[in-house]
Amino acid sequence: MATVERPRIYEGTRIPSPIPTILRLSDELRDSPDVMQVNFGPNHPSTHGVLRLIVDLAGERVEGIEAVIGYLHTGFEKTMEQKTWWKAITYPARIDYVGFQNDELVFVLAIEKLLELETPQKAVWMRMLLCELNRIHSHLVYLGTAALELGAISMFWYCFRERDLVLDLFELVTGVRMHTRYFQAGGLAEDIPPGFYAECRKFTEWMPKAVDDYESLIDRNEIWLERTQGVGLLSADDAIALGQSGPVLRASGVDWDLRRAEPYLAYDKVDFEVPVLPNGDVYDRYRVRMIEMRESTKIVAQCLDRLEGMEGEPWIADDRKVVLPPRHELHTSMESLIHHFKIVTEGYRVPEGEVYVAIESPRGEKACYVISDGGSRPWRVKFRAPSLVALEATATCMRGALVADLVAIVGSLDSVMGDTDR
Amino acid sequence: MNLNEPWWIDAIKALVIINLVLGVFAYMTWVERKVIGRMQQRYGPNRTGPFGLLQPIADLVKLIRKESFFPGSAIDVLYITAPVVSAFTALAAFSVIPFGAGWQVGGYDITGQIANVQISLILLFALGSFGIYGFIVGGWASDSKYSLLGSMRTCAQLVSYEVSLALSVLGVILMAGSLSLVDIVHSQEADWWYAVPQFIGLIVFFIAGTAETNRAPFDLPEAEQELVAGYHTEYSGMRFGLFQMAEYVNLIVLSGLCVTLFFGGWLGPWEPLGPLWFVLKVLLVLFVFIWMRTTLPRLRYDQLMSFGWKVLLPVATLNALVTAALVVAL
Repeated sequence: MATVERPRIYEGTRIPSPIPTILRLSDELRDSPDVMQVNFGPNHPSTHGVLRLIVDLAGERVEGIEAVIGYLHTGFEKTMEQKTWWKAITYPARIDYVGFQNDELVFVLAIEKLLELETPQKAVWMRMLLCELNRIHSHLVYLGTAALELGAISMFWYCFRERDLVLDLFELVTGVRMHTRYFQAGGLAEDIPPGFYAECRKFTEWMPKAVDDYESLIDRNEIWLERTQGVGLLSADDAIALGQSGPVLRASGVDWDLRRAEPYLAYDKVDFEVPVLPNGDVYDRYRVRMIEMRESTKIVAQCLDRLEGMEGEPWIADDRKVVLPPRHELHTSMESLIHHFKIVTEGYRVPEGEVYVAIESPRGEKACYVISDGGSRPWRVKFRAPSLVALEATATCMRGALVADLVAIVGSLDSVMGDTDR
Repeated sequence: MNLNEPWWIDAIKALVIINLVLGVFAYMTWVERKVIGRMQQRYGPNRTGPFGLLQPIADLVKLIRKESFFPGSAIDVLYITAPVVSAFTALAAFSVIPFGAGWQVGGYDITGQIANVQISLILLFALGSFGIYGFIVGGWASDSKYSLLGSMRTCAQLVSYEVSLALSVLGVILMAGSLSLVDIVHSQEADWWYAVPQFIGLIVFFIAGTAETNRAPFDLPEAEQELVAGYHTEYSGMRFGLFQMAEYVNLIVLSGLCVTLFFGGWLGPWEPLGPLWFVLKVLLVLFVFIWMRTTLPRLRYDQLMSFGWKVLLPVATLNALVTAALVVAL
């Protein structure tokens, strides 16, 4: 395997000042006729949707950069305040449309925390399984697009082949390929369908081979190494100062993963490694995600082991004030009919209070801050978007970069614009 | 020049070759999409006619019918002539590449190329360099920042790789003792094709040639993930089509040149079948280009330059020097 000499990660801090997210032209370059200002985006082949970067170029060198966001602002948080709690669950998945299942989870966990609702074990493990499948899905999308941006066009198709397998599994369980709304306060919307375990088992056996395939295609490719190693450096101190989380933080050598630091669901009961790499460059961010895909596959397999022994157990809490009664009871039980009517028309009420729930989404710390005034609608919903935070590191990573690096760096930070703009 | 060959035979040959090259270009796009599709687990074009065989025609109709958008601030003359120049030089270059040993039909000697020029190799490089002007001027004249960046890259890349390209064939020229492509093919009849003794030359030629024709992994001037479409960002309709044509024809010319210089041109088991062997070899070389495009990521600008000047050029020079020494010594 080719070894490329990698520049050491820098000492101290490189965060631009006074505004950490904007790299300004130096004084001598400001009036220079050699500097050209170019708009990358909002529609440009590689800005992941509608990110707009105003870039000052001196030849091929990026001397100044400023991101303009908001082109995909949809007002999700405000809309959710107009919806009853159980209708609002449909929205988070559309915020980060690549890590949809994790977004759904974080909001549902917030509601459950306010309600102090216990979820049955089957639901806990199934949620974990789907979230890890979703992590694989998200990393596959990252890998495919990031490789595409560096010119390795075929990787995209190989990644999307496996992504399709994941989506097929989602379709099998939930009936929908993305934005499933399968989680709800108290557990799952439906029982796990027969045949899912076998299909999912097949996937867990296939996925490690697929990751081997990707690695053999690009990891031993000298051009790939040259393009990614030592590019887009972000030191551990700067990463923390900029509030990074997830793969970006772990690639800068900080050992922080909410799944292990503050276990939610049943992450303390499964066995998995958290990859931490020291170099803080594009290559390490790619490596972290590759290892995470393998680890997620392991977690999925462990979830399957547990779930296969839970045949016949309940998949949703037995709380008639929150959970819809089973369909067949509506014809025989007056109370069930009343509960059904109340939940569907008015929605369930959530006790007054405010909570902050954070989970480790594929992009890092995805968190949800919810305030309830005791009514049937959330009073305020706020999401901490890891994509927005990752985007804030762009200017720091971009020090001394070339145009081609710009594409690689933005790709490696893996922002989803839906998540950034909300 | 063969005196026994009247002008109208030249005209017919030119007509045949130009149409053949254009046909190969059209179906090259089809083959490329099909092969890449298969390599990426897709079907490729399959809606237009059987196996999507009518796709190039559909593309052509689409390009002709499209509005040729014209940026208001573009420099008219340069903007319009640039694609024409590129397409013309690309096609003209094919006139000196020999595709057969020559035949005798009805008392006429027919040579295996349109123009038998004694310095055909130099003519080829000259035409190639001239064609680059089309790319540079086109990008500059369309007054767009992306186009300008693309043109800058084209400029730097083509100028630096042209040197290595020319030096890489020096070994072949020295061994054959001629600048005429016909003579070079004839000199390969006796023993090895030059691919064997000039293996290093072949590698350098292939890499530099990939860069010359803007193919992956050296497709920086039109890296769509960075520069949208590079120098032809502002071109649409058939003007864009001409640029695209120039690029593919350049690629075919380069493959033809590669076959002529290193793989014995038309040489094959039965001489009258020469053109067939030639075409087959060219297709194989083209396949390698397509293969590379599906596999390799793109180089970065500074890596490209340092690779060109620090690796390729010294290797090519050394190869030429060693070959020269050996030719003199033996």
